[in-house]
Amino acid sequence: MGRKLDPTNQVKRGPGKKARKQKGAETELAKFITDEETGPKRLSSRARKRVHNLKKPKENSKWLTPAKRKRKADEAESEDDSDDLWEKEEEEVEEEQQQLKKGGKEQVKKAAKSGLLPIERAAKKEKKLKETMGLESDEDDEEDDDDDDDDDVEKSDDDIEEEDTVQTNIDEMDAFRLPGAEESEKEGVLPLDLKTIHQRIKDNIEVLCNFSTKREEGKERAEYISLLKKDLSTYYSYNNFLIEKLIDIFPLSELVDFLEANEIQRPVTIRTNTLKTRRRDLAQALINRGVNLDPLGKWSKVGLVIYDSSVPVGATPEYLAGHYMLQGASSFLPVMALSPQEGELLLDMSSAPGGKTTYIAQLMRNTGVIVANDANADRLKSVVGNIHRLGVTNTVVCNYDGRQFPKVMGGFDRVLLDAPCSGTGVIAKDPAVKTSKDEADIQRAAHLQKEMILSAIDSVNAESPSGGYLVYCTCSIMVEENEWVVDYALKKRNVKLVPTGLDFGKEGFTRFKERRFHPSLRLSRRFYPHSHNMDGFFVAKLKKFSNVVPTAPAEKKEENSEASEMTEVTESPQKNPSKTVKTSKTVPGKASGSKGKAQANGTSGKEKANIKSKGKKDSPAGPKKAKVAKMDGETVKGPEAKKPTVKTTPSKADKKEGGRFEKKQNKKIKSPMKLPFDHFLFKLLQIYF
Amino acid sequence: MLLASILRTVARLVNDRRLRSPIETGPSVTTSVLTHVSRCSTGHSVHIVFLSYIVKMRPLTDEETKTMFEKLSKYIGENIKLLVDRPDGTYCFRLHNDRVYYMSEKILKLATNFSRDKLVSVGTCFGKFTKTTKFRMHITALDFLAPYAKFKVWVKPGTEQSFLYGNHVLKSGLGRITENTMQYQGVVVYSMADVPLGFGVAAKTTQECRRVDPMSIVVFHQADVGEFIRNEDTLT
Repeated sequence: MGRKLDPTNQVKRGPGKKARKQKGAETELAKFITDEETGPKRLSSRARKRVHNLKKPKENSKWLTPAKRKRKADEAESEDDSDDLWEKEEEEVEEEQQQLKKGGKEQVKKAAKSGLLPIERAAKKEKKLKETMGLESDEDDEEDDDDDDDDDVEKSDDDIEEEDTVQTNIDEMDAFRLPGAEESEKEGVLPLDLKTIHQRIKDNIEVLCNFSTKREEGKERAEYISLLKKDLSTYYSYNNFLIEKLIDIFPLSELVDFLEANEIQRPVTIRTNTLKTRRRDLAQALINRGVNLDPLGKWSKVGLVIYDSSVPVGATPEYLAGHYMLQGASSFLPVMALSPQEGELLLDMSSAPGGKTTYIAQLMRNTGVIVANDANADRLKSVVGNIHRLGVTNTVVCNYDGRQFPKVMGGFDRVLLDAPCSGTGVIAKDPAVKTSKDEADIQRAAHLQKEMILSAIDSVNAESPSGGYLVYCTCSIMVEENEWVVDYALKKRNVKLVPTGLDFGKEGFTRFKERRFHPSLRLSRRFYPHSHNMDGFFVAKLKKFSNVVPTAPAEKKEENSEASEMTEVTESPQKNPSKTVKTSKTVPGKASGSKGKAQANGTSGKEKANIKSKGKKDSPAGPKKAKVAKMDGETVKGPEAKKPTVKTTPSKADKKEGGRFEKKQNKKIKSPMKLPFDHFLFKLLQIYF
Repeated sequence: MLLASILRTVARLVNDRRLRSPIETGPSVTTSVLTHVSRCSTGHSVHIVFLSYIVKMRPLTDEETKTMFEKLSKYIGENIKLLVDRPDGTYCFRLHNDRVYYMSEKILKLATNFSRDKLVSVGTCFGKFTKTTKFRMHITALDFLAPYAKFKVWVKPGTEQSFLYGNHVLKSGLGRITENTMQYQGVVVYSMADVPLGFGVAAKTTQECRRVDPMSIVVFHQADVGEFIRNEDTLT
């Protein structure tokens, strides 16, 4: 409740010493006010000198005052012109000096800039000044992203730079120009620093994303892309083949994210062994030991992610007692997709080191039987170790080549095939993949995977009451190893794709470059390190709806049981010739008509090939057909033949062919080859005599 | 000549059946083929090729069974019969590559499909017979010993690590021990949180353990879970 400052208000003064001293705010103020009204006070000599100096105009004021053009733009322009020009020139020189240090790219830019006369540049800058006044802050942001050749914008960038402090060493990206031939050569000799390359990559991608607006005149997109590929290979140390493949798969905006994600490790994850403990208890026990962890995510009830730990996670007493297993998050997915039921008969074709097998066992609660197979005997030791450690009792471990499996044992309810692959999804774990993989590796892996998936399909029992499923997965992101293999399986066997049950993840490709896959391929799932924070992975779930193995094209002519037996018996040897001929790149022209080869050559789909082959076969007739078939020893024609006589001869031809190709084929061919040969020889003789 | 033709027909039969539709006929095919073959083998000299189909893991002989059960009873006493007659089915022991495997009969039937050299492990491995026909129990049997163990030893938290490295348990590390433990009795070693760590042999009776000085051994180490990392190779 202070007094209001009202001079007219005379406050009564109370008793006491203080009241007399303090006269009140109004009176205090009056003192100040009256001071000013009194005339100028008398100054000392020094003061007088000072005042005199202040009033004098300064000669050096112009060059002493810092540039405050933006604020003073309203004032006389002419004055500023010379100032600006001068300062700008200076700063440009400075910039250019900086750029010289950076290298060839900037030299190009300088050359571009020097196209205009300084005075012209200054005039343009002036024009921009007024515009940039209000947009100052926006320009600053845009400047980093803005790559263009436009001179005007170039100048405004310079303005902004000058406005910013001089020592910001940011690259001048206003003109992202492809380096000419000289610069490229120079770069070959003197390695550019990585920072420059990184910046160039970013800017190149910016240009490519808005190509029509930001492109340089006369430069093709291909040139930008080739520069990008080169830079990416240098910066991230990949070989050219892999970079090309990755550019095909990922849109440019994701490409750098993917490559960056491959440089860092994915977080360590563990899976609780529900046969021995619960996730809650395990988490508690580990926290007591000093491990910092969290549940993996909503999608998993048994996963835990480890952030850091004071004890080695792979050697705690809980680990040794089998309470958990170190497993990548992406490895949970195929088993979740497979969803094994209790009491089923399961096959895990490539089970080492046993993480998925043990997960299956814990989901089945140790009921049923699991057959854990792996082709590599050394790695099987880890499977056995893990099985015993985790307390799994319903497993048989064996050491077969996965492709032999239908012969050894069949009739499984569910099969899991984690196919051996090129490993392009787990580059973070194994950086050697970056430089060691090339076309041949991918093709070899794809071929193996195709054989294995067919064997896996043949091992599934379609009439199983609770199953009939196959889950195919790889830790690779290459389309040749993923969608292509599944598409191949769809064509070759009576299977169909079903939803995996995984609600996250990117859908598989239904088309890629020149290939077209079955539309149901979008039910498969792809996972990437940069978008899901787990290793690159591909999962597809197939259901087998019939145990009958289809003969090569869609038509199945089974005239009599014998003939059917023959065809079925011949299937496996024939499949193999077709496969081997497929893989051998030296395919004669006629052979290319066959369905199987169409895929190897990467040409169009099945239908075309079928029509071709059908057309060919229809032309000769009768016994001539058999002779033609014999002569065209290379082609696979047996099951397509309509007459039983013709059937035997082409199959015989195929047997011969099979014999020729025996070395290339798998071992399993040899035994069936010998015995049916007798049978058919006998039959042939019967027919002809 | 007759033998050869018989064998050829059998071979063709085997191959045909296997090729045509192994899925449809299922495991019953294999058993029928086996019986077919065995009929041949009783009458005539057995063709070596087919041996690989017949020879699978074999049941333990009486001698072997005796040795093994003796060892087991050291740890679990008469509870061995609980191992064999389980409520969820009959379980059995089989010998394969000198190792004893414990499995249910369901698995046994399926395991016969695999050829001897390709089969690596079935069910749970309990241990192996050495060249001098002694039975050595492996840590992999712990899951079956622990629930039925008669005599137990609990080890202090500090001594856990030492035991897991393969050292014997000293008196200073002893937490608890079952009453009336005899000397050289087989015991199962637990951590204080009741997590089984391995098994061993008691070096002293319970009474003696109380009196003896802290640096003396009370439990001889026989197997511990640390072997899963240290001796992974010896498990198969």
